[in-house]
Amino acid sequence: MQALTAGPAAAPRRQIIVGTTLGVVAMVMMVGGMLAVWSEQRTNFVERDGNWLPSGVVIPEVAANVALIAFIAICTFAQWAVWAAKRNDRGHGVFALATTALVALMVINAQAFIYSEMGIGIGDGAYATMFYALTGLFVALMIIGVIFSVVAAFRFSGGRSDNEVLAAHAIYWYAMSVIYTAIWFVVYVTK
Amino acid sequence: MTTIDPTDEVIASGVEAEDSALRRLLGAVADWLTSTDHKKIGRLFLGGGLLGLLAAIVINVIIGIERAGIANIDDNALAQIFDAQRGGLVFGTLLPLAIGLCVAIVPMQLGARSVAFPRLAAAGFWMWAGGLILSMIALVNNGGGLGGDPDMVDLFLGAHGLMAIGLAATGVSIATSVLTTRAPGMTVRRVPFFSMSALVTGLGLVVVMPVLLGTLTYLFLDHRNGREAFGGNTGFYDWAGWIFSPGTVVLFAIPVAGLLAEGAPLLFKQRTPARGIVFAGFGLMGVAALGAVTQDAIHNVPWAGSELYLGGGEDVREKLFDVLPWAMFNLLPLLGLTIVLLMTLFLARPVKGAKPTVTPALAFGFLGLGMIMVGMIGTALHAIDDLGLQGTVFAEGALIYVVYGTVLAALGGMAHWAPKLWGVNLQTAKVLPLAGLGVLATVLASLPSYVAGFDEPRDIYAVLVLVGHVLMALTVIGFIGLLTTSVMSSDGQAEADPYDGQTLEWATAAPAPANNFVDAPTVMSAEPLADSKSNYGQTISEKGDR
Repeated sequence: MQALTAGPAAAPRRQIIVGTTLGVVAMVMMVGGMLAVWSEQRTNFVERDGNWLPSGVVIPEVAANVALIAFIAICTFAQWAVWAAKRNDRGHGVFALATTALVALMVINAQAFIYSEMGIGIGDGAYATMFYALTGLFVALMIIGVIFSVVAAFRFSGGRSDNEVLAAHAIYWYAMSVIYTAIWFVVYVTK
Repeated sequence: MTTIDPTDEVIASGVEAEDSALRRLLGAVADWLTSTDHKKIGRLFLGGGLLGLLAAIVINVIIGIERAGIANIDDNALAQIFDAQRGGLVFGTLLPLAIGLCVAIVPMQLGARSVAFPRLAAAGFWMWAGGLILSMIALVNNGGGLGGDPDMVDLFLGAHGLMAIGLAATGVSIATSVLTTRAPGMTVRRVPFFSMSALVTGLGLVVVMPVLLGTLTYLFLDHRNGREAFGGNTGFYDWAGWIFSPGTVVLFAIPVAGLLAEGAPLLFKQRTPARGIVFAGFGLMGVAALGAVTQDAIHNVPWAGSELYLGGGEDVREKLFDVLPWAMFNLLPLLGLTIVLLMTLFLARPVKGAKPTVTPALAFGFLGLGMIMVGMIGTALHAIDDLGLQGTVFAEGALIYVVYGTVLAALGGMAHWAPKLWGVNLQTAKVLPLAGLGVLATVLASLPSYVAGFDEPRDIYAVLVLVGHVLMALTVIGFIGLLTTSVMSSDGQAEADPYDGQTLEWATAAPAPANNFVDAPTVMSAEPLADSKSNYGQTISEKGDR
């Protein structure tokens, strides 16, 4: 048996991008599954009790709509960071990442505002429990995204050439925008 | 005195020597606890899976004793015992065994030095192990899906969520490995069969486990707050029961098909033509992920009353819509499995002048996949309403066929790749009898449940099932004993390529070193190692490189 010849150094295959994409698929599946259960329960409760949203509860639609619009900004800023990284423009890159994190924090704030305006507790019936479960997981994913942005900003400002990480970061926020759009439609529009 | 000799003081001090031994032991434990070596992570999963299997067997034996009327079990404990049975078979046995083999072997097959995101894979193992232990604690303390202690029910739900996160994380690691760490020249079409099956299962974990996690989040919060949406603790099986359905767990058994496809070409040293067909077979088996997408345990066919009569156009349309989900969920994975089996038979046809080499991968893989096939057929039948199998032990038989089939294949995989994982060559002649015993055990543990589904529960069926589980315990203990004695008596040097292999893992030393390969090898075909052997598969290689 002859020895196998050593090959050249393996070409980079964008491991972080692939890994992040798979993680994002997992997130989409989780929220998609939860929305499916939400829809089924909503149908069951409407058939049984006639309503799903508890009487007297008003969803602050303005905050929900503004959060949706904010995702356009988040995706734009995340892509701006990718653009800056390709040009090795650290000033633009760090500023774009910081702005991404800031707007994401605003979305979290909007969600907190929705909670306070709706005025229902987690134990106030089936709707409330499922609402907090779904939107709570969304907030958790937002917090992970903010941490991702902050860590990416520190790495990039520290001199790392992080094109791949920033591309993965942008993919994460694109996925989050898809996730929020689905939640916005099913929970805040369809009610 | 050389500089590495111990000092006189150390020799004189027994306490210090003891300290040193203790330190070595602690060092070894710390090494295993914090290791990011994929072979160690894989072996941790395999070890955990074997322990989980033995525990699941004990639970099944207890159930068998109750059903056979040998002894009565407190009704209050039965709920926890049935929870432990399902959880033990799926989360404690099937998943860790299949995933462990993938984590341990795939990077070596790909010519990679490590699994992608090794810390993620290690974290995945510890989350799975922690979740399993917590779920057992919950069951012991009256928790579980049907438990009576609210806090322990919460713990049970949280523990399953933890396992789901860990398994999904490991799935990301496995799938990313296959997609990004292949050796130069290894196109996707040249990926070894086992690694491709691992990719399908890895993607399956990424797709399925988050859905389970989302459902568990609902159930957990609902159970802690009011219990209005999901009916309290009984909601677990209504809303998350699909994860235990044999139709869904087939998704995690796909590496069994990969193992068989890996062993078949070695029988007569043949290269595999039309690899894409086998890949398609794995993909079709992956359709089992529909269990999570639809979150439905049974895609039943409500033919009741119709006696298969098709009336007018509307009737045909209605029945078609009834049958399609059932066919997609049950028949497509079965078709995929059949494709892999047929390809194996094609490769197993005798070649003139060639001496057959029966590897553990081929023997155990063939028998294991056969068992899984019977389980899948049972799952398809179970869903047909008119047969009246729902609510009987028939489904339990199907689940055990699938799980024990996977166990058989995992044992075969461990024996096949023992030189790389443990640095020992297990003699095929000693391993094969265990395969026979394992098949007998599987059939006895499952077939009577099938028969009881059509007939009615009888003591004799329960006794046969009981015997089957005991035989499976003997099979596993026998295998562990064989492996342990081989490792103990080994000098640490095993034959690196005992089966005249085709794929890259056989190019490494035995046992494989920490980083597998010094240099990433160049791959020119789907059988890179065969290329380097001048006399390999003469008759087939004349057909040229693909």
